[in-house]
Amino acid sequence: MERDSGPEGVRRALGRLLEAVLASRGQANAVFDVLAVLQSEDHEETQEAVRACSRLFGALLERGELFVGSLPSEDAVMAGSQGATRKYKVWMRHRYRSCLNRLQELLVHPSFEVKELALSTLMKFVQLEGARPLEKPKWDGYYLFPRQLFKAVVEGLLSPEDDCSLLLARFREYLEHDDIRYHTMQAATDTVGRVTDRHPEVPLTFWNNAFTLLSSVSLPSQERGISSFYVKHGELPRTWKVVHLKEHRKAFQGMWLGFLKHKLPLSLYKKVLVIMHDSILPHLAQPSLMIDFLTRAYDVGGAISLLALNGLFILIHQHNLEYPDFYRKLYGLLDPSVFHVKYRARFFHLADLFLSSSHLPAYLVAAFAKRLSRLALTAPPEALLMVLPFICNLLRRHPACRVLVHRPLGHELDADPYDPEEEDPAKSRALESSLWELQALQQHYHPEVSQAASVINQALSVPEVSIAPLLELTAFEVFERDLKKKGQGSVPLEFIPARGLLGRQDDFCAQHFTLS
Amino acid sequence: MGKARLAAARTRGAGAPAGAQGGRARPNPNPFEVKVNRQKFPVLGRKARHAVGQPGVSRARAVHKRTQTLLKEYKERDKSNVFTDKRFGEYSSTMSPEEKMMKRFALEQQRQHEKKSIYNLNEDEELTHYGQSLADIEKHNDIVDSDSDTEERGTLSAELTAAHFGGGGGLLHKKTPQQQGEEGEKPRSRRELIEELIAKSKQEKRERQAQREGALELTEKLDQDWKEIQTLLTHRTPKSENRDKKERPKPDAYDMMVRELGFEMKAQPSNRMKSEEELAKEEQERLQQLEAARLRRMRGEDEGSEARKPKHLSADDLNDGFVLDKDDRRLLSYTDGKMSIEEEQSGEASDGESEEEQGEDLSEEDPENSSDPDGHSDLESDMDSEEDCGRPSGEPRQALGEGTTSIGHRAQEAARNQLPYTFAAPESYEELKSLLSGRTREEQLVVVERIQTCNHPSLAVGNKAKLEKLFGFLLEYIGDLATDDPPNLRVIDKLVVQLYNLCQMFPDSASDSIKFVLRDAMHEMEGAIEARGRAAFPGLDVLMYLKIAGMLFPTSDLWHPVVTPALVCMSQLLTKCPVLSLQDVVKGLFVCCVFLDYVSLSRRFIPELVNFLLGILYIASPNKCGRGYTLVHPFRASGKNSELLVVSDEEDKATWQRRGLSLHWAYRLKAQNKTEANHTRLSCLAVCLALVKGCTQFYSSLPSFYAIVRPLRALLMEHLAGRSHPPELQELCQSALANLEEPEPRCRPLVCAKSKPEPLKLFTPRLVKVLEFGRKQGSSKQEQERRRLIHKHKREFKGAVREIRRDNQFLARMQLSETLERDAERKRKVKQLFNSLATQEGPAPSHAEAPPDNQKVCPGNIQ
Repeated sequence: MERDSGPEGVRRALGRLLEAVLASRGQANAVFDVLAVLQSEDHEETQEAVRACSRLFGALLERGELFVGSLPSEDAVMAGSQGATRKYKVWMRHRYRSCLNRLQELLVHPSFEVKELALSTLMKFVQLEGARPLEKPKWDGYYLFPRQLFKAVVEGLLSPEDDCSLLLARFREYLEHDDIRYHTMQAATDTVGRVTDRHPEVPLTFWNNAFTLLSSVSLPSQERGISSFYVKHGELPRTWKVVHLKEHRKAFQGMWLGFLKHKLPLSLYKKVLVIMHDSILPHLAQPSLMIDFLTRAYDVGGAISLLALNGLFILIHQHNLEYPDFYRKLYGLLDPSVFHVKYRARFFHLADLFLSSSHLPAYLVAAFAKRLSRLALTAPPEALLMVLPFICNLLRRHPACRVLVHRPLGHELDADPYDPEEEDPAKSRALESSLWELQALQQHYHPEVSQAASVINQALSVPEVSIAPLLELTAFEVFERDLKKKGQGSVPLEFIPARGLLGRQDDFCAQHFTLS
Repeated sequence: MGKARLAAARTRGAGAPAGAQGGRARPNPNPFEVKVNRQKFPVLGRKARHAVGQPGVSRARAVHKRTQTLLKEYKERDKSNVFTDKRFGEYSSTMSPEEKMMKRFALEQQRQHEKKSIYNLNEDEELTHYGQSLADIEKHNDIVDSDSDTEERGTLSAELTAAHFGGGGGLLHKKTPQQQGEEGEKPRSRRELIEELIAKSKQEKRERQAQREGALELTEKLDQDWKEIQTLLTHRTPKSENRDKKERPKPDAYDMMVRELGFEMKAQPSNRMKSEEELAKEEQERLQQLEAARLRRMRGEDEGSEARKPKHLSADDLNDGFVLDKDDRRLLSYTDGKMSIEEEQSGEASDGESEEEQGEDLSEEDPENSSDPDGHSDLESDMDSEEDCGRPSGEPRQALGEGTTSIGHRAQEAARNQLPYTFAAPESYEELKSLLSGRTREEQLVVVERIQTCNHPSLAVGNKAKLEKLFGFLLEYIGDLATDDPPNLRVIDKLVVQLYNLCQMFPDSASDSIKFVLRDAMHEMEGAIEARGRAAFPGLDVLMYLKIAGMLFPTSDLWHPVVTPALVCMSQLLTKCPVLSLQDVVKGLFVCCVFLDYVSLSRRFIPELVNFLLGILYIASPNKCGRGYTLVHPFRASGKNSELLVVSDEEDKATWQRRGLSLHWAYRLKAQNKTEANHTRLSCLAVCLALVKGCTQFYSSLPSFYAIVRPLRALLMEHLAGRSHPPELQELCQSALANLEEPEPRCRPLVCAKSKPEPLKLFTPRLVKVLEFGRKQGSSKQEQERRRLIHKHKREFKGAVREIRRDNQFLARMQLSETLERDAERKRKVKQLFNSLATQEGPAPSHAEAPPDNQKVCPGNIQ
């Protein structure tokens, strides 16, 4: 067979072969030529071959010219004495299988176009095979889905070596369909289990790929939503598992639990926890099963603990979870870094929720107030503007804690009785202390902060100050606000004339820096 | 009979209250005309409006009214002609009567101006008033307006009196034309007399006027003369007074005279020259005042808010937060004998005052040289300001204690001589840059100075804007200089003085410019933080801007439009920028120094600064045990930069000498060898320790000082424990620690300020507006209103129906009476006819009797 050079020539040649194969069974051997081009090094040629295969086997699938049922080995059939049609079908089915194998290999091809094309071709085969199954139904109305093929696709997507995020983004379109989603969940659970069994040290790329795939699965919230199927069926019998949201949820839960039971890298912990409360927990069949993961994350410490709080809160609040020493751990989470982490707003929002109960013991609230005000001594102004009203709100909610700012009959103390090192809020002796830190912050350089701290000088007003608008405050916003504020009258000026860049003799700058 | 008496008695009983209430009851009503509506039982508070009625009277009134209106209409029901009033503008309310008259007059004229009279040129029109010829009236009574007569205030001349009232001769009694005609001789002479009188008085008036004008002219002339003399006499009279005098209305002759005498050529003593002590004292006082204002701003005692605070709580205060915050009434006062209404000086902003004083100080100096009437002002002020500017720029050099003073002066002199004397103010930054680039430091300074002097705002109108722009350009130029390679800090050092001067002149625009550059810097940093979560330390230019902002504006204010954002900016620098290199350490320490300088007077607390110093101490600590302190954000306990400042080379430690850090290092550490780098590290640590010491001094009075410095103390102990630092650093450590080691002061529990006792809740009755008595209460206000309207409508409707019915009855009565009248008339006429017929027939019987006779005869005859 003559071959023109270049992709154009290849395409024409492939077109001719295709027509020949489809026209008569006698020309079936031309399939080998098509499959050979599939192995080509050239990206363009590979793409052409993939397209040709897609058309070829698509047509064959539609015509039903592939063997249906469990596939016997090629040699046995060829040697056997079955009819020529059966031989042809089995033979063609073998070609089809080798084509699929090659396409799976192409899923990790360096070129994205090829990968994408391979993926869409495979998905096309999934659709066609689903419509005309290549296996015999066990009984009438049995639900058939090309599970093997689809599992292979998912496995190709969850490559341990390559970053497949782009391909996964493409795959997300198919996840719109309910059956695809259902089988993806099952296949992903399998794949994750197999990969973690196989590798002792699972590479980070696999985790990232798996997380990308898992996080793109989003269940509908209502049973009625399950109606869009990728593989078209006439009517949907209620006996099929795939039409029930409950089954979907089970699969979803199995998938996540299977994923989260492994030891994840820290960066992934954060990613999972960030989406935990609104895309994972609501869709689980039994959300309380997530408690293991959440407690593990809560014990990690630092930002991860802060993030785990959110999920824990939902479990405690909506699923009656009993969490011993919850407040003690929360108390332990308070260290100077809470004012500097990215999740500050989320953390304080939750802390506000946790401490909003009026049934908390006074010692606990006092310990929190004292701890927060201690930490406020290291906080930047934008955090102070939020945390000072927060502390005042605590005192407002719990009148028993007002002794922290108002102890008219107290004796003078030698030292602050509060023990900052103590981990148990009950033993921190916060109730015996006073919030001198707030008094110190009244001397803060930023006027709004000092004003906020001066609130304690007067008896606290009754209504709470809403801290919601303050949670997301950034330093830049504070800066902009200060810039826009207009003073009355003209700008006051320095009356000591400037003499030079470093200022007066006794200034720190002049003492410690030189111009040369 | 009995009934009537009863009614009368009742009337008497009820009439008294009715009279007391309404006052409408007739004083002595006829008891038979009074109808009393008896109340079954008295209800307290109910107004009995219709207790007594007078049906007869009201009916009569209604009938009367109907005869006035309805009957008239009825009578004119078949008449179609209408009376129209065609007087011009009679019913238009928009025209004033004068206008109306004018228009009417014009119309009249038009109407009369017919074709035949168009060639009639000099026919004078006769003006009339109330139909009488005005000319006629004028002749009779042209009364001299005695009010316009200023000389004889109120008193009339004898002749006039005689003429008008004299002798009671009834001369001016208005006489009918017939009377006048009868006694023609005498009145004519009288009239002449009066005319003469009038002419005389008019002439007198004219003369008086001329005289007055002459006097005024003279006064003006005198004023001008005086001014000339005055300027010769003294400079001291303030300009403003002159201006006032011009604006004032012309004084009268007497005042003028007095003043003339008062201002006789007298040498006025000018202010004596002040001795140096006095000058110093004045300066000191001024500084004290400024310092007091600064302290007030530092404590945040806003003058405005103080004024707003009500000093006195009235007994009527409802404690509802309402405060009459400004008394709008104006105070009446007299200045220079003229009434003037001044705004109340309400606790005038004292910093405004001080600034005013400052302004006055300036303006006091100003007129001496710059606002001279002669044309020398330019030169003088030029010289002066050059000296002014030269002085401070020369001084820092002395302060720095370098030996280059005289050389610098010489160079400056040289620069002064070489450069042109005038520079146009740059319109763009590029222009300024082209002016300054390529010149030496001294020349640049001189150029900037000269730009300022050439464009002093007192010289031309647009100069203010030009110089305001110059400030922004200079700031930009400084930014460029700071980012140059190497940074040209010396020039910045000098330019700061110029910036200060410009800032003193235009505080608002200067603050805007600085805000602008700060916003730029922050914006850049914010972008980096958004993108990567952290930002690098900015270039030297931002640090320079921060430093300069602290020098131009008072940093101790509680709130300041420039300083507060600058503080936030520095806080960002210290919390968001990780320390990655030695260069970052130098920059960070510089920011710390600036930060601490900002609060050096106000002693305000800066958490970020303590955190940063803690971090620096940590990265300099050779052996960390990490107990007793927690690092915060930009620093990490472990990582590649956690030992950035650790020096392990013993030799380098031995050779280290304590020196100030160079700002050039903040720009770029020149390829330093290892020893130099180590020395820099040690210097950084020394600066850090000094700053720690400064902090502890500043904050030792804070209530929770111990909690604030606890981590610092722990780290310093670590440093000391290692004993690995050079002795000088050890000493520094010791002294810093000594401040921290002080025993914690006794803690006094916090107590809130006693709040004002809350007033008792008074049980004032809830007032419900009763719109209508009866069962219509207890619903919402709208509902009540609706019901009230429905009720009113119903009543009105009924009333209208009743009225219509009564009208119809009245009309029917009228028609009936008409018919009756007509019938009666007819009857009467018929009767009359009959009567007349009867009278005609009266003689007829005789006549008729005759016929019977005739008849008698006739039949007889016939018979």
